[in-house]
Amino acid sequence: MGEIDLGLVSWSRAQFALTAMYHWVFVPLTLGLSFLCAFFESIYVKTGKEEWRNLTKFWMTLFGINFAIGVATGIIMEFEFGTNWSNYSWMVGDIFGAPLAVEGIVAFFLEATFFVVMFFGWDRVSKGFHLFSTWMVAIGSNLSALWILVANGWMQFPTGMAFNPDTVRFEMQNFWEVLFSPVAIAKFTHTTSSSFLVGSLFVIAISSWFLMRGRHIDMAKKSIVVASVFGLFSFVYVGFTGDESAYVNASTQPMKLAAYEGLWEGERNAGLVAVGALNPAKKPGDDKDSFLFEITIPKALSLMANRDTDSFVPGIDDLVYGNEAEGIVGVDKKMERGKQALHHLTAYKEAKKSGDEAAAQTALASFKVDQDYLGFAYLTSPEEAVPPVQTTFYTFHIMVYLALFFGFICIAYLVYSLKGTIEQKRWLFPLGIASFFLAMLASQAGWAVAEIGRQPWAIQDMMPVGVATSNIAKGNVIATFWMFTALFTLLLFAEVKIMLNVIKKGPEGSK
Amino acid sequence: MIGNLDISILQQLWWIIASIVGSLFLFLTFVQGGQTLLWQVAKNSTEKALVINSLGRKWELTFTTLVLFGGALFAAFPKFYATSFGGAYWVWMLILFTFIVQAVSYEYRKKPDNVLGEKVYELFLLINGSVGILLIGAAVGTFFTGSNFIVNDFNQSRWTHPLMGVEAAFSLFNLSLGLFLVFNARVIGAMYLINNIDHSVAPELETRLRKACLINLICALPFLLYVLGSLLLMDGFGVDESGVVSIVAGKYLANLLAMPQVLVLLLAGLVLVVWGVISTSFLGGYRGIWFGGLGTVLVGLAVFFTAGFNNTPFYPSKADLQSSLTIYNASSSHYTLTAMSYVALVIPFVLAYIVYVWKLMDSKKIGQDDINDSKAY
Ligand code: HDD
Ligand code: HEM
Ligand code: HEM
Repeated sequence: MGEIDLGLVSWSRAQFALTAMYHWVFVPLTLGLSFLCAFFESIYVKTGKEEWRNLTKFWMTLFGINFAIGVATGIIMEFEFGTNWSNYSWMVGDIFGAPLAVEGIVAFFLEATFFVVMFFGWDRVSKGFHLFSTWMVAIGSNLSALWILVANGWMQFPTGMAFNPDTVRFEMQNFWEVLFSPVAIAKFTHTTSSSFLVGSLFVIAISSWFLMRGRHIDMAKKSIVVASVFGLFSFVYVGFTGDESAYVNASTQPMKLAAYEGLWEGERNAGLVAVGALNPAKKPGDDKDSFLFEITIPKALSLMANRDTDSFVPGIDDLVYGNEAEGIVGVDKKMERGKQALHHLTAYKEAKKSGDEAAAQTALASFKVDQDYLGFAYLTSPEEAVPPVQTTFYTFHIMVYLALFFGFICIAYLVYSLKGTIEQKRWLFPLGIASFFLAMLASQAGWAVAEIGRQPWAIQDMMPVGVATSNIAKGNVIATFWMFTALFTLLLFAEVKIMLNVIKKGPEGSK
Repeated sequence: MIGNLDISILQQLWWIIASIVGSLFLFLTFVQGGQTLLWQVAKNSTEKALVINSLGRKWELTFTTLVLFGGALFAAFPKFYATSFGGAYWVWMLILFTFIVQAVSYEYRKKPDNVLGEKVYELFLLINGSVGILLIGAAVGTFFTGSNFIVNDFNQSRWTHPLMGVEAAFSLFNLSLGLFLVFNARVIGAMYLINNIDHSVAPELETRLRKACLINLICALPFLLYVLGSLLLMDGFGVDESGVVSIVAGKYLANLLAMPQVLVLLLAGLVLVVWGVISTSFLGGYRGIWFGGLGTVLVGLAVFFTAGFNNTPFYPSKADLQSSLTIYNASSSHYTLTAMSYVALVIPFVLAYIVYVWKLMDSKKIGQDDINDSKAY
């Protein structure tokens, strides 16, 4: 299937990462803040108090500013699979295209339609219908997350499909398996709950700034109560779903799990590294120490990965070179079988073309024996199957440490709010303000774990990134990469300035 | 139930669905048309605010329809999605850039501290409405004039023209189609604004809009006539029973004659648009947009149906005729088309709530209150 241009692959990845990460600056805030707006407005409708309406409108203004740029960065994601990953789009479009289209039909229109009511309908529709619209925007946003994460989950754990040698692509066999795959569920729950946390910390951060300045005190205190309750629930949920994600990784993407845990050699009763520094010189297959130093929680990794302390957790070396005792086939063996599969597939296509039906059937039968390993044919060495261990390990640990900090923030704000002493806890405010930025960091780090940890695969074990790109000269991608960098940075800058201005002014009818 | 249908029926069904979404998008480009009118019809800040706030309640609908058009093509015709987007790279990228800048412009234009200033955001809207629509028209034109790509045995495609899609804009036919769409968008844009704004605040705006409606129809006519004339006379691409693609003289005329329903759609569409303009510009009517809008949808359907049905490859390749895409060789599997058809059953509900909310929100016209509101654009 032609030569792979590494420069093209790297630039395409860089562009996808850039645009996705920009999109992801705005999306978590949309997912979290939309529900918070719905809560605030529900309280307003219930109590009928003017302050709650002004407060709702204030957070909605910020929501709107963020939403616009979320949409702007979203459209490119929708089309980028075609523009930059066209071989991918052909080979798996039969499965992957569906959730994207469903997202458009069931989610985006809900957002687009009710957003208008939520923003401009205050005096045009009844109070009840307005509240309904706000909820619809929140539900629509989170439904869009569902479908895109089903799509992403499928790339991490391809299921419900079969390869069709005639069309040379993977075709869907079972929609429900794609929708309810354990990876999709883990992704959806973890991503949305972590975004709720991001939204809550956004509200806490801005409210803290008001308290620090001694402005809009009443509104800030009200906002904090709602946000810290929501944040605390989300925090607990994030922990559960994060643990579930790791548990699912153990069976679907053991290499990713091994990478973010820094586990080079598999073991029973495997311990979980709570704190540690990786040995940067460590390479697959060598005898060097894995860590420069580490503090380990005994047996915890086996427990997390398999819900059983005695179980075996494979390490990177086991997965690359195989481990017969544990029944693990190495990447080297899989590559051999993959090359066989590719050879027979090519023979099949040629026989078909020349009309030799008998030869075609023989080739097809041989192909079927090894077809599950087709993707491995494109690896050049077994070690290529190892993702960047350092990055994956540290981003994962940053995310988890920060989670603990967020839990502390939510509890502290809630407790002092209930006691009515929050205004005096001035030491807390800088931490509350910082928590939002750290939450953004944690959220981006989470995606880095998920995406970098699955390299070199675009689709786990089926299609490495090198095969997925469009067949275009890399100069084109370099050009668009810089165009996106310039444009998105400019727009981000504008967004932040506008937001700061709105925050500085504060809500209407409050000092 | 749907699963028992023959795959060719599903493929046709999905071409129809994609055509409907694409045609609705063309109707909704009244937003883009309105954006390009802004500089001509709105002479002071009140008038500008009225126009922007009126369009600002609809732009996301247009945007989302474009997104759905992309998503539906991906799900139903992945080979088209892969071949066209991955090959005609620059044309699509440029189109996307114009929509990226549009998406922030309404929200950010009037906000203090917006870095770029009001004028730049208005320029973004202008670019989106002109360049964006022009290029979309050029891209649609390639359904008839063909593109430069090769698809190999593994169904992977490669573009063979160094301009990566932008070459489409240099064909007189494609360019005319693009310009026709730009002017048509302006025609329906003017009709929409007539309908949506409370003109007691700005009577002169109304006069200018009614005039703009007519003038833009007149501007659109030569391009329309050129496109129609060429379409009827030009050689087209045909595919025979064994799947072999060849150049067929008078193909699109033959398609229209073979599918009289499509011809009716086309003619009825054009008549409706013209009637919309007459009622707006001469009779002082306020409902022209519904005629113009429906007319645009019908014309759009006729264009897509002519391109895809009656043994016609909808995405022909000039570089290698046999690489051309038809709705039969570019589609998803039977299973996926079936699953997606079930999903498509919710589309009527989606349309219903959009219509309901539209009516609810537009029962009162955009007026002074709306542009003074703190949330106003
Ligand atoms: C629906 C699919 C999908 C979704 C929701 C995401 N990604 Fe992704 N990502 C891909 C589909 C993908 C991809 C198209 O498959 C890439 C390109 C090459 C590859 O391996 O995966 C990719 C690559 C990729 C890379 C490059 C990794 C590397 O080259 O080492 C990064 C850093 C991210 N993504 C980050 C993100 C972020 C921050 C996301 C949050 C919005 C995100 N991805 C969502
Ligand atoms: C590669 C993957 C992605 C694609 C193709 C994509 C596509 C899009 C598109 C086209 C829009 C604009 C929609 C409109 O017209 O309103 C959008 C916005 C949005 N997307 Fe994404 N998106 C991706 C990743 C994600 C992820 C991972 C999530 C959530 C988990 C998400 C959640 C949202 C939300 C909530 C919006 C609403 C606007 C906003 O961000 O503020 N998207 N996306
Ligand atoms: C208790 C702490 C946490 C644990 C155990 C945890 C665990 C995980 C794991 C294992 C993944 C990788 C999933 C995969 O690749 O399939 C992941 C991804 C992710 N994490 Fe966390 N996480 C925690 C806290 C957080 C926090 C606090 C945030 C953000 C505020 C966050 C945001 C994300 C995001 C956005 C992803 C990518 C989406 C996904 O793969 O689900 N996580 N997390």
